[in-house]
Amino acid sequence: MTGRERQDRRAAIAFVAPAVVVLAALTAGPALWIFWLSLRERLPVFGVDRLTGFGHYAFLATDARFWSAFRVTIIFTIASVALELVLGLGVALALRGQRVGRRSALSLLLLAWALPGVVTARVFEWLYYPAGGFVNVILGTPLNWLGSPTLALPALIVADVWRTMPFVALFCYARLLTIPAAVYEAAAVDGASRSATFRFVTLPLLGPVLLVTLLFRTLDALRAFDLMFVLTGGGPAGMTETLTVYAYRSLFQTLRLGFGSAIGVVVFLLVMLVAAAYLRVLRRQDATA
Amino acid sequence: MRRRPLAADVAVLALLTLYAVPFLWQLLTSFKPEAELLRVPPLWPSRLTLEHYGVVFAQSAMPRALANSLAVGVLTTLLGCALGVPAAYAMATLRVPGAGALMLGIVASTAFPQIATVSPLYLVMRGLGLRDTWAALVLADASFALPFVIWLMTRFMREIPRELSEAAALDGAGRWLTLLKIHLPLTAPGLASVALLTFLFAWNEFLFAFTFTATEASRTVPVALALFPGVFEVPWGDIAAASILASVPPVLIVVLLQRWLVRGLLAGSLTE
Repeated sequence: MTGRERQDRRAAIAFVAPAVVVLAALTAGPALWIFWLSLRERLPVFGVDRLTGFGHYAFLATDARFWSAFRVTIIFTIASVALELVLGLGVALALRGQRVGRRSALSLLLLAWALPGVVTARVFEWLYYPAGGFVNVILGTPLNWLGSPTLALPALIVADVWRTMPFVALFCYARLLTIPAAVYEAAAVDGASRSATFRFVTLPLLGPVLLVTLLFRTLDALRAFDLMFVLTGGGPAGMTETLTVYAYRSLFQTLRLGFGSAIGVVVFLLVMLVAAAYLRVLRRQDATA
Repeated sequence: MRRRPLAADVAVLALLTLYAVPFLWQLLTSFKPEAELLRVPPLWPSRLTLEHYGVVFAQSAMPRALANSLAVGVLTTLLGCALGVPAAYAMATLRVPGAGALMLGIVASTAFPQIATVSPLYLVMRGLGLRDTWAALVLADASFALPFVIWLMTRFMREIPRELSEAAALDGAGRWLTLLKIHLPLTAPGLASVALLTFLFAWNEFLFAFTFTATEASRTVPVALALFPGVFEVPWGDIAAASILASVPPVLIVVLLQRWLVRGLLAGSLTE
């Protein structure tokens, strides 16, 4: 290494160091620490702090509430992401040819995405209100949407789709705009029908974007918290309690830091599994771009 | 492609307006007289009133929460950029030891679920005596703001031709000067997008804010809205008014700063 290279290296480290130190303290540190916490019984109120090994995990394996939360999380994620992708793709296709009021269209679309999750929760709580709420008035139904064990989860999913679909639509729309008109002209010259053009031209070109969005939205849905915590609080009877809500309640309402952390670790592992796939896809696309 | 008729454009706008109805209904509710809130139909009230906003401003924790959120949002953005931009500059232009692994860690950390980091961070904040302060929220929010800034700014700075920094170096400019005079101005639009999104994420953040705050002194808007009190029955009109106030920055960003918002969003998860 020459003196100049050594100097370069030192400068690089100086530029990166503050950010790396802060990140290590705020992300990498806590990510490791939570594994350690999950191996302990820690009840701050009673001054208890001792090692239990994998005791919490052994308990979770047979905990009906945990498996219910696991099921709710998976149903919520799959239903929400599937609906978002289909609707988002539809909106993107509808927007593609838009010439008038494009900015307004995007404003109306992105509004739902940009709001705080708590606002969305409050908005839907009011829409779903049984006596005189907008949904029942429009549908002419007398339903208690958030209080019914069968309706609460679908109602929650609708609220989540409402706020996240615009993200999918924006990505698909942006990709659609980059497809050259010549591609479609060629398809038209070949006599391709509308549906054939969509299936054999548009969809394959959108494929990579859809895959990235699918993975990103999946990991985001797995870690979602604010909407369900405020809208239903996990109720009724735990029908909308996701792993994140169960973890939060254990951590800060029953104040079992070790046990709650074990559930947090499960969420962490689920999310990182999807994140690993997401990173692989991003890298592959970067390499071919 | 064939140009479509104007009617189709209008239809799409109408449908998207319908899509925004949940929010528009909240907006209308916030201006409805108390007595007419649950008397629907008719959907449109007999008159519009500011009484709910009066209640929210005079009797709720919202005014203080708005100030807290503004401060936390701005400080998080500043901290994220102050630490993240130099790091991004080094990642993009200098030979950082272990750059590949570092970048992987940074991108991976944007995926960390908050529910997994909240318990250790809670112990850190308690240990540092930072509970119920802006500092706790700014630090906690930096855990997602900083990786986001570094990731995006590195991408933007990589696009600047090497010759420019080399020319600057020949002119005797040091690295800081190169960053300030060449990389920062050339990535200014990107930085604006990144800062805007960072502010928006911090403004909307709920889990950390709910956990690390205890009183009005530091409660942010989402927390105040989640805890909005009702004495005998739910004050839907007041909650609607508070929701609208909580939505002002996001709405302004979507309507007035849309170009920057969209650019940041697309750069964040897409490869060109």
